[in-house]
Amino acid sequence: MSDLHSAPGSARVTLTQTAAPQFHERISTQSIMWTVCAALLPAAMWGCYVYGFAALLVLATALFASVATEVLITRSHKTLCDGSAVLTGLLLGMMMPPTAPWYVVVTAAVFAIGVVKWSFGGLGSNWMNPALAGRVFVQFSWSGPMTRWVMPRTLDVDSVAAATPLSLVQNAVNAGDLLLTGASDYLSGIGFPRSALDSGVTEWLNHNLLARVSVHLPPGYVDPFVGNVPGSLGEGSALLLLLGTVVLFGKRIITWEIPTAFFCGFAGLTWLLGGVPYGSGLFSGDVLFHLVSGSAILVMFYVATDPVTSPMTTAGMLVFGAGAGIIAFLIRAFGGAPEGAALALLFMNACTPIINRVVRPRRFGYRMGSSR
Amino acid sequence: MISLLRRPRGGVYPDNRKARTRTLPVWNAAVPPRSVVPLLQHAGDASIPVVRVGDRVREGMLIGRAAGTMGANVHAPVPGIVTGLRTLTLADGRRCEAFVIDLEGEFDRLGKHTDPYDWDRASVRELLRRIGDCGVVGMSGSGIPVHRKYRLPRGKEVDHLIVNGIENEPYLSADYRLMVEMTDGVLEGTRIAERILKPLRVTIAVQADSTAAASGLRQRIRERGLGYAVRCLPRNYPQGDEKLLARAITGREVPTERSTVEIGVMVSSVATVHAVFEAVAYEKPSIERVLTLSGGALRTPANVKARIGTPVADLIAECGGFAAMPEKVVIGGPMMGYAIADVSTPVTKGTTAVLALTTREIHHGSETPCIRCGRCVRACPVGLEPTLLYKMLEHHEYVEARDTGLFDCIECGCCGFTCPAHIPLVEGIKNGKNAARTAKERS
Repeated sequence: MSDLHSAPGSARVTLTQTAAPQFHERISTQSIMWTVCAALLPAAMWGCYVYGFAALLVLATALFASVATEVLITRSHKTLCDGSAVLTGLLLGMMMPPTAPWYVVVTAAVFAIGVVKWSFGGLGSNWMNPALAGRVFVQFSWSGPMTRWVMPRTLDVDSVAAATPLSLVQNAVNAGDLLLTGASDYLSGIGFPRSALDSGVTEWLNHNLLARVSVHLPPGYVDPFVGNVPGSLGEGSALLLLLGTVVLFGKRIITWEIPTAFFCGFAGLTWLLGGVPYGSGLFSGDVLFHLVSGSAILVMFYVATDPVTSPMTTAGMLVFGAGAGIIAFLIRAFGGAPEGAALALLFMNACTPIINRVVRPRRFGYRMGSSR
Repeated sequence: MISLLRRPRGGVYPDNRKARTRTLPVWNAAVPPRSVVPLLQHAGDASIPVVRVGDRVREGMLIGRAAGTMGANVHAPVPGIVTGLRTLTLADGRRCEAFVIDLEGEFDRLGKHTDPYDWDRASVRELLRRIGDCGVVGMSGSGIPVHRKYRLPRGKEVDHLIVNGIENEPYLSADYRLMVEMTDGVLEGTRIAERILKPLRVTIAVQADSTAAASGLRQRIRERGLGYAVRCLPRNYPQGDEKLLARAITGREVPTERSTVEIGVMVSSVATVHAVFEAVAYEKPSIERVLTLSGGALRTPANVKARIGTPVADLIAECGGFAAMPEKVVIGGPMMGYAIADVSTPVTKGTTAVLALTTREIHHGSETPCIRCGRCVRACPVGLEPTLLYKMLEHHEYVEARDTGLFDCIECGCCGFTCPAHIPLVEGIKNGKNAARTAKERS
């Protein structure tokens, strides 16, 4: 039997003795983090392309500052392998305006990694999403630089400085204008630039697909969908962000609960009440405009699904997602800021421990009246 | 999306990995020249030895008598001379005495035909006596003596008998082969169980992908005019767990820390009812069983009928030895089985498989901090929060852990399997159960 102890081309076989289960799903914290990074990359690259070299610098600064802070705090490079510091840096960079000054970006990264993540004990112990908290922190600290936008190079306009569609609409509402025809038509009215792609695709859609169901898509939705608008570095291209989520869903890294609940809460309320500030009454909100504008898609699929700061049960995730979606809408429609998704999510992050306590799974064998 | 909708709460979908052995017919493994027969192959206390070192034993002779309420008889799997009684560590970590028997002499049963006993006219008491005498225990790992399990507590009735052919651990195909090749034996065993328990309904549960087994069973059931239902259940691990299966079939839920009898359900695996059939019809003691030999490190995987007491090494050698370096040799399925350090460990009544797994198959990862993703919570089929339990047990908070459902854990392995941080959740919870029991006894 001694020959059994030797496998071909090797010495004695030493067997590993472990407790069950004896094999594992092909997944690890590392693989989750790096896959999310990879899924974000196309949208980040797009941002660097359309907003130019300055955007690339912002992204690089965010990445470098996050990684450097992580190394300084842990005094080793070991935790870098898990990918969480790189992911935080990448997300942070993508949520920044493309022209953000370097000290703003660095402050955000140091706050994210140093305060939010490591003062609670590092990966898995933080109760807020680090990138999100970093972004909100500098938003309130440097509101000027954090609201300075540039035109994407894909829009053929002379001016470089710009305002985001959301802030233009917000200003109009604050000034008491009535936007009875909707946000998109208002933007067309004030001469907001549109690309040739937008009119071409809109026309094609209207002609070939939407005509059959007698729906007419006004111009101005395709540009924000592909990312031809002024805005944060990596939030623009809903298309590329959605493509990335295909990978995440396929590998079961994110699940349907949070995005679906967020979508329902956000889109449902936008449809119901979104028209109220525009003066067009109930059931007239511009759902599509609000979905493709700003950070809704990025937050819904990539930040809200952060495993660390979202609830653990299916029901808890639904509550969490719906809450974030509803608050995001409320801030956008009735709050002071044009964009609300980040703040809304931060609020729900804070609620996660409570949700985990209240929404527990139903244990097997405790159903009333099940015994005979 | 479809799998999402069909998915019952909890559970995981590990790779099936049955393709290598599914289609292979069962062959008889060689009789071991030296067998090692543990006196503890069941749930209760170790059996009391009734032969001595130096004694000559015949095939199927009683060598260990059942002790205590959950004990079971142990028989000599081969004729020969008892050459030793040594202490052995079983795959599951329990320690017990084991007889070493060197093969010698003639086989009394092997290759000899006997007419089956006409059990239709026997009393229930006689049927249970035969099962008990033959030392039949739950063959899928539970190790509960069947004559005890089938003797219902006063006032309890079973209205639904479920024959469990689910076998949803990866690699395993022994039960499937049993259903395909020994269909009549399985049905006959089911009839005996039906006779003893007098249920109103009998259901044989198989996995949705076991189409050959299901159609074979249905055909024989029809031909013989038996009123049994064959139900195909989706491939969701651990659908084969007794309590979860009872719920899937009957919709009834076993109250915490009770058995399925509480809800009028009896679950027995196909291997067990087959053993019941052989015990009752031929008075054949539990001295052999069908098991799967598989895993990437094994040269020629197989389904074999092996004698109890055969060292695992003998079986591996008969399958051509290792083709690659094994990282682990596992007794049982990869989700709930035990990795052994020593391949001289013998096959026991509860050994469903021997797997030689390579490093590539097990996807080992080093432990990292919990990221509170809740994958373990959503995977838990009995609605526990494994990460929470694990943290409580780390801090020795046994009372809290008990209140959070520590003893409801069925140790199916889903949480540990799916944890991205590779935290040994199942190990922690198992150890925690023992520690909690000790802590309670002390107070």
